Amino acid sequence: MSILGTRVVRTEDPLFLTRGATYTDDLVDDRLTGALHATFIRSQVAHGRVLSVDASAAREAPGVVAVYTAEDCPDLAPLPAGLPMVPPAMQRPWLATDKVRFVGDIVAVVLTEDRYQGEDAAELVSVDIDPLPTVVSTADAAKDEVLLFEEAGTNVAAVFGGPPPEDFFSGCEVVVRQAVKNQRVAPVPLETRAAAAAWGEDGRVTIWCTNQGAQQAKGEIAGWLGLDPALVHLVTPDVGGGFGAKIGADPEYAFVAWLAQRVGRPVRWTENRSENLLGMLHGRGQDQLVTIGGRRDGTVEAYAIHVDQEAGAYPRVGVILPTLTMLMAAATYAFPKVHASARVLVNNATSIGAYRGAGRPEATAAVERAVDMFAAEIGMDPAEVRRKNLVPPFHEPHTTPSGATYDSGEYVVALEKALEAAGYQELRAEQARRREAGEVKQLGIGLSTYVEITGADTGLGAAESAELEVHPDGTATVLTGTSPHGQGHATAWAMLASDQLGIPVEKITVLHGDTDRIPRGGGTMGSRSLQQGGAAVHQAATELIELARQRAAEQLEADPSDLEVDLTAAGLSVRGTPGSGITFAQLAEKEPLVVQTRFEAAAPTFPFGAHVAVVEVDTESGKAELQRLVAVDDAGIIVNPLLAEGQRHGGFAQGVAQALLEEVLYDADGNPQTSTLADYPFVSPTELPSFELVDMATPTPINPLGAKGIGEAGTIGSTPAVHNAVIDAVAHLGVRHIDMPTTPMKVWRAIQQAQQEGTN
Amino acid sequence: MIPGPFDYVRPTSVEEAIAALVEHGDDAKVMAGGHSLLPIMKLRLAMPAVVIDISRIPGMSYVRVEGDEVAIGAGTRHHQLEHDEVARAEVPILPYTASQVGDPQVRHRGTIGGTVAHSDPASDLPTALLALGGTVVVQGPNGRRSIPVTEFWQGFFETALAEDELIIEIRVPRTGSAGWAYEKFTRRANDWPIVAAAAVDGRVALANMAGTVVRATATEEALARGASIAEAAALADQGTSPGADMHADQEYRRHLARLLTRRALEKAAGGAAAAA
Repeated sequence: MSILGTRVVRTEDPLFLTRGATYTDDLVDDRLTGALHATFIRSQVAHGRVLSVDASAAREAPGVVAVYTAEDCPDLAPLPAGLPMVPPAMQRPWLATDKVRFVGDIVAVVLTEDRYQGEDAAELVSVDIDPLPTVVSTADAAKDEVLLFEEAGTNVAAVFGGPPPEDFFSGCEVVVRQAVKNQRVAPVPLETRAAAAAWGEDGRVTIWCTNQGAQQAKGEIAGWLGLDPALVHLVTPDVGGGFGAKIGADPEYAFVAWLAQRVGRPVRWTENRSENLLGMLHGRGQDQLVTIGGRRDGTVEAYAIHVDQEAGAYPRVGVILPTLTMLMAAATYAFPKVHASARVLVNNATSIGAYRGAGRPEATAAVERAVDMFAAEIGMDPAEVRRKNLVPPFHEPHTTPSGATYDSGEYVVALEKALEAAGYQELRAEQARRREAGEVKQLGIGLSTYVEITGADTGLGAAESAELEVHPDGTATVLTGTSPHGQGHATAWAMLASDQLGIPVEKITVLHGDTDRIPRGGGTMGSRSLQQGGAAVHQAATELIELARQRAAEQLEADPSDLEVDLTAAGLSVRGTPGSGITFAQLAEKEPLVVQTRFEAAAPTFPFGAHVAVVEVDTESGKAELQRLVAVDDAGIIVNPLLAEGQRHGGFAQGVAQALLEEVLYDADGNPQTSTLADYPFVSPTELPSFELVDMATPTPINPLGAKGIGEAGTIGSTPAVHNAVIDAVAHLGVRHIDMPTTPMKVWRAIQQAQQEGTN
Repeated sequence: MIPGPFDYVRPTSVEEAIAALVEHGDDAKVMAGGHSLLPIMKLRLAMPAVVIDISRIPGMSYVRVEGDEVAIGAGTRHHQLEHDEVARAEVPILPYTASQVGDPQVRHRGTIGGTVAHSDPASDLPTALLALGGTVVVQGPNGRRSIPVTEFWQGFFETALAEDELIIEIRVPRTGSAGWAYEKFTRRANDWPIVAAAAVDGRVALANMAGTVVRATATEEALARGASIAEAAALADQGTSPGADMHADQEYRRHLARLLTRRALEKAAGGAAAAA
């Protein structure tokens, strides 16, 4: 029986749970002996002119080796936005020169013998900033009255598409329009950002950092520093979560390398949690305008979405997120007309990057809210409206009006499974009973159906690499270009190799994140790893068997075609004669038994599912509590259900958190209001029910594993289900929409306003 | 997230602690569980020159009946109070309220003396203590004195405690079977209350409705006049001066004060009825 599809316990966990993994801050390495610690001095003003930076007192402080301000490093060229659609003037200086543009902008850096001295000395750097009017919301940014980059002449970083034709909704019996906020959130990985750099006598620099893709980060840092990439060796040790915010290098990482070269000593940096909440990329940050039109029989005829995306102060990958929102705008529906457009605006806030789902949760949240509002408007059960409009089951490619080509999907099946598992009719009956009785605690039932795109980099040359070697002692090593930071690749990749070779999982070591050993790799992001990196390991095992077959044929004086894999022996034997053969380990004795391969999928895959959330809303206080989350998530063939469920659980937690709790807030002057975990309402287990998982597996033909991505589905399906449930709980009181997060105060106020409108 | 430089002293007796307070005056901060002090030191919102760690002074942790009162040592940790049999029998609102503080880690470190000294208006135990009534026993170089809880909290992070005094004990009346309730409103279980209401024996105290924990005097007076719970609770926010933050503006806080007071009074009445 194949090991694939079984619940192999994570092989990496004993290390994580007992001896401790080695994160960047934990590194003990001879090359880092005597390392200095970098402490960044950050602007506490959201927008202003830098009048002076006086570091003279700090330079005299104990343990201070050097202080750098913009004046001290004139040779550092500003960091380009790196995106062709962004005005070139929107570039980030390494250290704020004339202006600061967000609270957290780097103004100076102190190098000290230890971290304590760094924070003490940082207090002595005197920064004089003349505040300017701030741009916090996208609406303010769009006025172009206050500009972040005067030379750019606008706050608009990018525009994608134009408005829909004027007659787009003409003929619709019902048209519902709503502004929907998909709020700014913080990724909050348990491991904050950290980096270390040491230059060797050979002129090469080794950079250790916590990141989701060593190879990409290496290329960016080499580019920023003007270095020959061959001179950069980048290592990502154990990484404690990323959620998209550790995609690509951060300027601080390159800065650490530059500083190490400048002072001739290794340099380390580890940010604290408050610095993380200011300096690390945030996610989401979309102001959406959704319009949905159709007939009173429940048929939707047209759907349009416009996105105003926050970029934050310096455009990063957030700029392109709305393109994914637009691509997935049609979602699971067979709407005949779909229109999507977007505008990206810079504002005085932390830069926006990818966050678990990255553009797709925003698409799903918008359309699922729209469908619910349409259902409410025509007085039809939201499940029924979905049934009427979902794309019927298909197993041949389906192209949507928004331009995506889905591989396979059975959305109605997913929905029905979720409704059945939830006991939808009973829930509606209980809801009706509570409404009739006028109970304080009302029940809300929220639905979402979703389809998302995973491995979206396919076709962009982002094949994935794998190297597989069997050693004479019977162990094997897998080198992968993916970059696990919690996902469990060490277990899953070992399972994939073990499945074909018969070498036990515990004898297979999986290595990643070292650009000298693994020069090519796409990292882990966009739910790509299994379908590309895992498929590459699968392919490597296939190729290794062929290599072994040729060698074994010579040694055994047999016809290669007579040899078959003997899984019990972890080798090859002559067909029909078990025990006659030779093991892979024996074959590795004379010369290395190793293959290197690359796998490139023909297309992305499109996992889908349906979620049902049940919430209880205290109508007197406005507090919503999640009671149940029933989730059907179809990610094709599952290699290890334990790992897949873990990905779903984590995604649900973050998705629920976005619906109910989390939001990065700024005041009108751009001051962050959520810069500690006492203020940022990071979700905890006490706010989450035990999730109810329903299995569904529609294989994809795109890769030999039949696997689609699962890493982000949880945040895509759960957020709109919970969001819709909260509004559903108070819909009978006249509430039509509440923006996320559905805080008690917002829910209470929505009820108050609806009642006032009802009596007027 | 690294505190500024400070000296650390760890006295082994109350007298030594007070001597250290006399010596260092307002340059010093007393630390017991450290769960309020250390975070603000790490954020450099507080930079005391000296930290006096009283957590190893023996004999500061106890709960015992003394006449009509329950005496609680200032060093009693929330977890101990939560599970103390004497407290559960004699003054049940306190063990319950202790169980609502933060998370288990916080409850195993934080002390009742620390939370009383900190004078955060959004604190659980001070709210319950204010509803109970009672006294804070403090000791300075000239001996001990008792301060009624109604006079102890004077402002945001301000108390009647002199610079050279240490909290020794909290004394509260035994409430026995009297009805009580502590209604805490949070977004997450381990948060500080957005608003909370404590009710015991016709007295009501509120968290986070002013610069200190406060009594809902208009409600109490209405109850004394014989008003219904609903009528009395509708007055709960009178005389308060709530702040606004991302969780609640003033209007919503006032609403919560009225709602939680009503619920606390209803629960307390139900509890009293059940006990009777």
